[in-house]
Amino acid sequence: MSDIAFVRKEIAPMAPPPLAVGGILGWMRKNLFSGWFNIAMTVMSLALIALILPPLLRFFFFDAVWAGDSREACLGASGACWPFIKAKFGQLVYGFYPIAERWRPDIVFALGAILLAGLLIPRVPFKRWNSILFFGVFPIVALIFLGGGNFSLNQFIIGRIIPLAAMLQGAELFGLTLSFWLDFVVSSVLITAVAYFVANALGADGRFAARAAAALLIGLGAVLLTLDFDFGLVPVETRQWGGLLVTLVVSVTGIVTSLPLGILLALGRRSHLPIVRVFSVCFIEFWRGVPLITVLFFATYMLPLFLPGGLTIDGLLRALIGVALFSAAYMAEVVRGGLQAIPKGQTEAANALGLGYWQTMNKVVMPQALALVIPGIVGNFIGLFKDTTLVLIVALFDLLGQIRAAFSDPSWATPTTLFTGFAFAGVVYFIFCFGMSRYSMFVERRTSAGRRR
Amino acid sequence: MTDIASPAPKRERSSLLTNPRTRSLLIQGVLFVAVAVALWFFISNGRANLAARNIATGFGFLEQSSGFDISQSLIRYDDTATYGRVFFVGLLNTLLVSGIGIVFATIIGFAVGIARLSKNWLLSKLAEVYVEVIRNLPLLFQILFWYLGVLAAMPAARQSLSLFGLAYVNNRGVVLARPIFGEGSDIVGLALLAGIILAAAMRWWAHRRQMQTGQPFPVIKTALALIFGLPLLAFAATGAPISIEWPELRGFNFSGGIRVLPEFVALLIALSTYTASFIAEIVRAGIMAVSRGQTEAAESLGLRPGPILRLVVVPQALRVIIPPLTSQYLNLTKNSSLGVAIGYPDFFAVFAGTTLNQTGQAIEIIAMTMAVYLTISLITSALMNIYNRRMALVER
Repeated sequence: MSDIAFVRKEIAPMAPPPLAVGGILGWMRKNLFSGWFNIAMTVMSLALIALILPPLLRFFFFDAVWAGDSREACLGASGACWPFIKAKFGQLVYGFYPIAERWRPDIVFALGAILLAGLLIPRVPFKRWNSILFFGVFPIVALIFLGGGNFSLNQFIIGRIIPLAAMLQGAELFGLTLSFWLDFVVSSVLITAVAYFVANALGADGRFAARAAAALLIGLGAVLLTLDFDFGLVPVETRQWGGLLVTLVVSVTGIVTSLPLGILLALGRRSHLPIVRVFSVCFIEFWRGVPLITVLFFATYMLPLFLPGGLTIDGLLRALIGVALFSAAYMAEVVRGGLQAIPKGQTEAANALGLGYWQTMNKVVMPQALALVIPGIVGNFIGLFKDTTLVLIVALFDLLGQIRAAFSDPSWATPTTLFTGFAFAGVVYFIFCFGMSRYSMFVERRTSAGRRR
Repeated sequence: MTDIASPAPKRERSSLLTNPRTRSLLIQGVLFVAVAVALWFFISNGRANLAARNIATGFGFLEQSSGFDISQSLIRYDDTATYGRVFFVGLLNTLLVSGIGIVFATIIGFAVGIARLSKNWLLSKLAEVYVEVIRNLPLLFQILFWYLGVLAAMPAARQSLSLFGLAYVNNRGVVLARPIFGEGSDIVGLALLAGIILAAAMRWWAHRRQMQTGQPFPVIKTALALIFGLPLLAFAATGAPISIEWPELRGFNFSGGIRVLPEFVALLIALSTYTASFIAEIVRAGIMAVSRGQTEAAESLGLRPGPILRLVVVPQALRVIIPPLTSQYLNLTKNSSLGVAIGYPDFFAVFAGTTLNQTGQAIEIIAMTMAVYLTISLITSALMNIYNRRMALVER
């Protein structure tokens, strides 16, 4: 064993420890300073932050005026003039809604928030009842509270043929027009009878048809009864609504009506019936091809031309119709994307089990399709919420419109008024839109939990 | 098993409603009649109302003289021109702002989208903040902000901000240096065209040679030399025919140069930054859709990062990116109609706004307006579909 040339006697010197890969230093080395390009990017980003962040912070907080009750307080300051927002807050939220009646929008806001929270938080029980309340009852309650209710109903069907109103001479009971309700009851009985006989003549179940007709009419009657009943609230015209109230009314109406309409249109577009399909395609492509602002113009200036002379529709309602139809077309395309992603086998299996078309859609296809396109649906909702600002072009005063109107108030004319207004509106819009997008990500994670392996 | 012969099944009363054929006919018939009745209702009302208001229908108004001024026009226009000309002036203004907006939005969008994927944590966070803030604020809000807030707060003309003398920014908009094309400048233009054609031919030849022999060719350098070198040579040879008219401050305003309306600038900034935030997300999603294995395979073949991006990742990412990108371009074009809120004389403002107010021809004008936007969107999507088909995955 003597031919071994070299045997090391001492321990080799220790290698230096590797550069930190953990801890803050290691993280910084890896993510910020891993090469000359990366370092350059870091320096550039830091410069950008140094350029933007301090002025923003100064404007919002350090140089801002927090207290005061007139423009004098803000004249010398270079930051935001928050007393301006405080003074205009009522206008920004309610528009020109009478001050004595502002508890009504407050109740509607609170009710909507409670019901919505119940719907959105997964752990809250009674989802079914909650959604019936939110989608069915809440709109009517909101309408009565905001507008004052007590609509004057004139004639239903029979009243157009027989002058019941003249015969009863406009008699009222608790604000209910008696002639209308006599008309309604008689017409309903007649319609139910017609439904029974027509269905029987066609060889279908007459009693079922009569029951369905009666149920629909009773539902309609209940809604009309609530609207006709005099709750003693002072009527507030929609012309006086404004600010965040209008923004929320337009967007919530659009959101609530566009989803069911969009689902129907999407089903129509994939229907096997050629006429249904052609109508759906034309409708969807037409609304998607034109800008929302032309739709609003159309609804505001042209709709009156196409209605019988003398019939006027409220300005806000016209905008609402425009927004609802417009967003329904976009919603239809999102839902169609979901429908296309469901394999045909699902429908075939449902058919094999003997489910009809609506049962198949309701119980098998739609639940899967809608869960797939939640991000798209919420994206549409966010777009709709942002698009509500366009109503200011057709002379409705939403939040942005109110802010713009507040700029021209000479008693608050200061150099920073404009930016303060924009800052406030921007923060409000951002909170709503960002909140919606974060919530959709949360739901997406929950619904995709089963698919993720 | 006692009684095999079961009683004859009770004959169901067959209903016409349960027969699929009659049922589908019935449903479609009802729908058709309902739509037809609704259309008839609206049209008859419309005719009655128009007759009651003494509004003559028809397109004769397009021949009438308009009598109003438009602050920006790409073609010759004065207040004696017809409404028909107003139509084209507005249309060109819309196309101008959306065309330039699309270019800027694409550049910003791709830059931000790639920045979001950067390994640099700070940069990707900055890009994320940009996307989240811009995307979650209404476009009209942003247009008003740029117009009323930023551009109106710019200094007056005498204290204009200068960008290397090429452009001046003040509260009346932007003044740009104007190139003046003198005698012989068409030769320079021809040289540029020749350079582009030669570069394309060279690229085709180089691709073929590489396919056959495997010899690469410095395509980009040669192309740049051709595209910029030929016009420069022509420029020198013809004795420098193109000069630049520098804007100059005279008294309280600028003379010379191209005056750009502040409305145009505000609308352009708002449209391009807003659309860019959506494009950034599309680009990010597109690049992330290319699986990591593709990059790894390219790396193991020995490709360097540049060619990996250019030859492997981007072509596959574009497939995912292009369809949603098209709809963003369309959105930008449609959103340019929001310029009406700040008084930019786009198609919607001058035609559906002023012309409608002056003539009262609501039906014709709104129909023409909607037809124009529908046509623009149909043409754009048709072009993009062609491109998309060329890019699409060729499968067996």
